Amino acid sequence: MTPNTSPYLSPNKMLNWSKKNLFSSWVNTIMTVIALIFLYEVGTFFLNWAIFKADFINNFRGETITDRTFCSKNIEVGQHGACWAIIFVRFHQFMYGFYPVEEAWRVNLVYAFLPFALIGVLFDKLPLRRVFLYFTFAFPFIAYFMLYGGPGLSVVATNKWGGLLVTLFLGVTGIALAFPLSILLALGRRSNMPIVKSICVVFIEFIRGVPLITLLFTANVMLPLFLPEGVKPDNLLRALVAVTLFQSAYMAEAIRGGLQAIPKGQIEAAQSLGLNYWQTTRKIILPQALKIAIPPIVNTCIGLFKDTSLVLIIGLFDLLGIGRAALSDITWTKLYYEVYVFVSLIFFIFCFGMSRYSLYLEKKLKTDNS
Amino acid sequence: MEQVIQLEKVNKWFDDFHVLKDIDLTVTKGQKIVVCGPSGSGKSTMIRCINRLEAHQKGQIVVHGTELTNDLKNIDMIRKNVGMVFQQFNLFPHLSVIDNITLAPIWVKKLPKKEAENIAMTYLEKVKIPEQAQKYPGQLSGGQQQRVAIARSLAMNPDIMLFDEPTSALDPEMIKEVLDVMIQLAEEGMTMLVVTHEMGFAKTVADQMIFMDEGRIVEQATPDEFFNNPKSDRTKLFLSQILNH
Amino acid sequence: MEQNFIRKLIFDEKTRALLIQTLVIGIFAVLIYLVTKQTAYNLEKRGIGTGFEFLNIAAGYDISISLIPYDSNDTHLRAYFVGLLNTLMIAVCGCFLATIMGFLVGIIRLSSNWLFRNIAYVYVEFTRNVPVLLQIILYYTILLHLPKVKQSIIIFDSFYLSNRGLFSPAPIFKDGFSVVIGSLIVMIIFTFFLKKFLKKKQELTGKQYPIFLINSALIIFTPIIFYYLMGMPLEFDHPVMKGFNFKGGMVIRPEFLGMLFGLSIYTAAFISETVRSGIISVSKGQREAAQAIGLKANFIMRLIIIPQALRVIIPPLTSQYLNLTKNSSLGIAIGYADLVHGFGGISLNQTGKAIEIMLIVMSTYLTISLTISFFMNLYNKAVQFKGNI
Repeated sequence: MTPNTSPYLSPNKMLNWSKKNLFSSWVNTIMTVIALIFLYEVGTFFLNWAIFKADFINNFRGETITDRTFCSKNIEVGQHGACWAIIFVRFHQFMYGFYPVEEAWRVNLVYAFLPFALIGVLFDKLPLRRVFLYFTFAFPFIAYFMLYGGPGLSVVATNKWGGLLVTLFLGVTGIALAFPLSILLALGRRSNMPIVKSICVVFIEFIRGVPLITLLFTANVMLPLFLPEGVKPDNLLRALVAVTLFQSAYMAEAIRGGLQAIPKGQIEAAQSLGLNYWQTTRKIILPQALKIAIPPIVNTCIGLFKDTSLVLIIGLFDLLGIGRAALSDITWTKLYYEVYVFVSLIFFIFCFGMSRYSLYLEKKLKTDNS
Repeated sequence: MEQVIQLEKVNKWFDDFHVLKDIDLTVTKGQKIVVCGPSGSGKSTMIRCINRLEAHQKGQIVVHGTELTNDLKNIDMIRKNVGMVFQQFNLFPHLSVIDNITLAPIWVKKLPKKEAENIAMTYLEKVKIPEQAQKYPGQLSGGQQQRVAIARSLAMNPDIMLFDEPTSALDPEMIKEVLDVMIQLAEEGMTMLVVTHEMGFAKTVADQMIFMDEGRIVEQATPDEFFNNPKSDRTKLFLSQILNH
Repeated sequence: MEQNFIRKLIFDEKTRALLIQTLVIGIFAVLIYLVTKQTAYNLEKRGIGTGFEFLNIAAGYDISISLIPYDSNDTHLRAYFVGLLNTLMIAVCGCFLATIMGFLVGIIRLSSNWLFRNIAYVYVEFTRNVPVLLQIILYYTILLHLPKVKQSIIIFDSFYLSNRGLFSPAPIFKDGFSVVIGSLIVMIIFTFFLKKFLKKKQELTGKQYPIFLINSALIIFTPIIFYYLMGMPLEFDHPVMKGFNFKGGMVIRPEFLGMLFGLSIYTAAFISETVRSGIISVSKGQREAAQAIGLKANFIMRLIIIPQALRVIIPPLTSQYLNLTKNSSLGIAIGYADLVHGFGGISLNQTGKAIEIMLIVMSTYLTISLTISFFMNLYNKAVQFKGNI
């Protein structure tokens, strides 16, 4: 885009801009026309479907929609757009799954505090960052107690969890557990002890070489076979094990990239000052390597967040799974596009947000280094 | 005189490449030795062996009466007493100048933070940049960075300092400020082993000159003799190349 | 002496490394021992035997899409190969389509037209930030809600798109067609040598030949000439509407199309980003230097920009191919009969041989992944810059 010297758009400037970007040659002009027609067609179609001709809570007769027969499009076929009532009516399921309605405040509380747990990790120039980081470390225990229950709170078994709760739980917990594991794997892969190194290489390459779904199957079917009878991890925990191992391999590769970018002289300087391996690693190597590795790490996190949707194949109700469950409900069936668009939108908001953050970090890294 | 470093028949290979061939060298306390030679002659590798950044494969290296072997405790002990300054400075870019200097005193010598900072400030004053303490390495000029690197080594209070081409990566106008610090250090009686092409510096401070070529010490002499009356042809050739431009 | 020995054990670099590694192996061995023992116990208790004999038992289920003859009396082993071929088929087709779309979108992202550029940008952001599984299910749903067979959407008079899939003419190869194929192969080999010959000639004389044009013409027109010489030995069996369904022709099922669209639309977004950054990565200095020595625009592209951009594009492109192949395992969600769906799902449920089957499925994917990365590493080594620049 053209650099603006004044903050105001003068007509002259807009003319210059469009000349340069839209009508620079006759080919360019034709492209602009085609694009405008395309945008108009797609835009009007989508906006009509999603907003202008859509039902939200009431149908066109003003009746409250309680099942799919009330949707305007099922009354006057071909005249109306989406019927979003399915989202509103089943909103609780989308957010919490089968979590008891009267206990939903506990999940809300966890949702509300999640940003505070993340903010200290995400922004290194935050005032009072240390305080936020303490909270970050305490958060998993608080969240576990709030969600699962314990003394003073009724227990809500994980098979009642669902929707966004399961998606976020698997994503956030998987990433948090995978992080320390991935650091060890990345360090191990660069170790000069051949056995440690080969174990790490085999683990990382194995995990990266097979699809997540096979790991989920394996965890689901085989974990109970591996463990003594008394220990029977529930389905969510099995999925979490698979997701964590999966994520740790990908994250380890991102961190290895960061480790490789550290000049050898840094290690030598630390050694010549008398620092031992762990001091050198902790004080010199990791702070620098992780900083470089964060953008690719965030990218693996986006990947994982999307991949949590695979758990529906092993029978868990994540956001997409809950959506599918809603569609199989006879009173709401056939509202496919409403459900899929809504679920897509939620995934998009989270993933797009993360990718913006990763971009911001990359930019920051560049300015920090120059 | 007390011998602080002894190298006896030291040999080292990088795979098939024989970098160091039967190196014999004795350094006594307070001695200043300047090592020169063409690139690839093994001079950097030799001094990097002295604090075990490289491991030698044959022969003996003894520092302060302790032999360098695989023993990690001994290596740690020697590294505490031997400081090293690198060609590329190797300051830690994520730490401020003062944190760079206090890092080892705090974590290796386990000094209290306050004390480590006091020590750091004394050495920063010694290298004449106390005002830069809170800055980050990336904000300093090359000459300033190298002086911080010297201060960082000195803060461990070593009795031997190794310099690996400390001015080669510097712009010409910054070389002097680093050499001045080194000369001052020499005058205070530090034991120094310096790999450098700065012949002016060598003439001023060196007790002994060493010329290395193809992994061997070809000539060892006082500066006077070395510059005015070199014995080996290779030394003559090298000196003519480096002094005539 | 005693103390010295312990000291050497703990502080010696080599013995310490040995010590740590022995410890690691020890822990591993104990862990594996415990797990195998427990597993053996659990299996015995549930009355599940181990071994691979089940591979020779009749599978007893049908598979909707199969490249090789298969029916429910065939063995599990054959079901495995059917699944493997389906996985490979969707992976190859998906990679092919994703590459074309990805390059196209990547180039549009660098277009001088602001609207085109940003439409492509919106496409990339929306597709790569939504789970591929969701997209596969969504496209499959759309395909299932296409008009019924009777009201098929007709494309070019011979393709019929409906909720049963895409019906298209099936090629029937007659006797002389192998000659046409043969001429094509001969021409490809011939043009390869012709290119070398003309290059040599250019080096000797300095005269430039339109090598690309000559070769394209040879490769395209020779088979066409042979096609007519052999009396047009290729016919098509067109699908014809009979009752409620089509007869004849061939059908591409919505499961396959759903997978194909889902995988390629999703992966194309990632490929377009690597293409874009690959082209951008060739510095302005390179272009300027090429202009300064007087190269013309198309030579700059061919000799300077593309070879350098490819070096940057190939490694991430490989990992996208790997991702697509692994994502093809999601067929189970819409009933596409790939390896995981048939062998890894139905066979597993019928035989209960979870360990054996997951072992086979995982090793298969591992083999595919390692093979692709092996060849790409070879290629990468060949095109990498020599030395450090």
